[in-house]
Amino acid sequence: MHFAEPLRLQSGATIGDYTLMYETYGTLNADKSNAVLICHALNASHHVAGHYAEPKSAGWWDNMVGPGKPVDTDRFFVIGVNNLGSCFGSTGPMHTNPATGKPYGAAFPVVTVEDWVAAQARLADRLGVEQFAAVMGGSLGGMQALAWSIMFPQRLRHCIVIASTPKLSAQNIAFNDVARQAILTDPDYRGGDFYEHGVVPRNGLKVARMVGHITYLSNDDMAEKFGRKLRNASENDDYKFDFGIDFEIESYLRYQGDKFSEYFDANTYLLITKALDYFDPAREHGGSLEKALQNTQAHYLIASFTTDWRFSPERSREIVEALLANRRKVTYAEIDAPHGHDAFLLEDARYMNIVRAYYDRIWEEKGAP
Amino acid sequence: MKFEDLSTLRPDLAFIAHWVENGAHVLDVGCGDGAMLRYLETGKACTGYGVEIADDKVLESTRRGINVIQYDMEQGLDLFGDNAFDMVLCLSSLQMMQHVEARLRDIVRVGKEAIVSFPNFAHWPHRISLLKGRMPVSRSLPYQWFDTPNVRYATINDFKDLAEKCGLEVLEYVALAEGKVVNFLPNLRGSLAVFRLRKKDLVVA
Repeated sequence: MHFAEPLRLQSGATIGDYTLMYETYGTLNADKSNAVLICHALNASHHVAGHYAEPKSAGWWDNMVGPGKPVDTDRFFVIGVNNLGSCFGSTGPMHTNPATGKPYGAAFPVVTVEDWVAAQARLADRLGVEQFAAVMGGSLGGMQALAWSIMFPQRLRHCIVIASTPKLSAQNIAFNDVARQAILTDPDYRGGDFYEHGVVPRNGLKVARMVGHITYLSNDDMAEKFGRKLRNASENDDYKFDFGIDFEIESYLRYQGDKFSEYFDANTYLLITKALDYFDPAREHGGSLEKALQNTQAHYLIASFTTDWRFSPERSREIVEALLANRRKVTYAEIDAPHGHDAFLLEDARYMNIVRAYYDRIWEEKGAP
Repeated sequence: MKFEDLSTLRPDLAFIAHWVENGAHVLDVGCGDGAMLRYLETGKACTGYGVEIADDKVLESTRRGINVIQYDMEQGLDLFGDNAFDMVLCLSSLQMMQHVEARLRDIVRVGKEAIVSFPNFAHWPHRISLLKGRMPVSRSLPYQWFDTPNVRYATINDFKDLAEKCGLEVLEYVALAEGKVVNFLPNLRGSLAVFRLRKKDLVVA
């Protein structure tokens, strides 16, 4: 959907003219009370559920969203939206800057979680959704859901924040900066204008993804899947004594990095990690999350995973504590899952059951037909 | 949930519900399936939260529609502010706690009043078991000594002392048997001890 009126960003910059890609599932009911907004995390898109015609095109949260699934599209009208600055169709750094006639590149304005939410709110206006039954997201998507409840308290009845955090820790920011440095120092980055040179900073992106990917997995999970297993151990069960691939984990990470560098945009990666770093709704309230949440009205479901060390349960509990201090309605589930941060995208009965039970509640309180 | 439903489901809870004021802000520590809190919300206009650690109970509580916080009470009640609640319920949970005194002090901190229940170890069948030289296994203590979630055993008289020590005034206590109050020789004939407690240093406005 195209938006002609400029959007003023948190940085003070303005984005003049932009497009947001979105997908919807299910049907908006007559009183427009069954809409659910799904916010995506770092490398995902508006394609939340279902399959496209070509193979391997399942939506990134297809196990969660769909007919009969925890977020049941037979009941709810679900909207997936691709954020500004992303590389899956919404206006981003690879698109033409109307001011210069060339791709934005590194000149694409830095966008924040709050900017995304403001843009999503405009999309909701256009789709005729005044109030969402729920806004939901995992990780960076959870930050957007939380920001929705702060910025537009009356526009959502439920806020579902999974495997997220009220702000990044120094360690989180450090990992993000290593990833950014990998991209920025790749000679093919060309100051962000690599498009016109017909190159892609593939190595930088690959290393960025490898670093990121480590933080998505738990130590136990990695130990179990890879351990110290050697690559091609069956042929020659010995070290290679060179700097190629010895271990399975190296092979896996490099493969993930290569795959990622083929479809993801380097400038988008920089932008999104920056949005992560900047998110801190308590900042303008003297560091008090309790105060930041004092005007919220939504009911909350907060969920975390025990082995997630990127955004650990302690971080989710900070949100819970601030909500409790404000006497908000909140349900908190701490799911004992082995898969680290990635668990929020994976099938796990305890996790799915809680989300399902919570959506049943949303459905019932709405007065199911 | 209607009172009759709670009464059939859990007679002890139905009795205890009488002690909770209408409209109270309640913390139910070890809320289990959430039946009590759900009844208090729908039947007595209460608000509040349940705290529960077990996955299956958290799910049941969520299904019942209460605000449940999945948390191990053994870690303390740091999530909750001082005097945040009119009433703290800790029903048939305290005996599973390693640090009973610390947990009781937590309850004193976050609540103005509290209701605490636990299986009465001085119930007569338990005494008979011990006289026979065996650890009791009964309806209120349905576990073998080597395989039980209960790690603390107390009698009505013992708990009175601890409650006083932790800054709680005992407003009332009863012993229940099959959900009914035992008036005659309660520490001998009651299987479940229920205490109604109030913070001693609470300044009543």
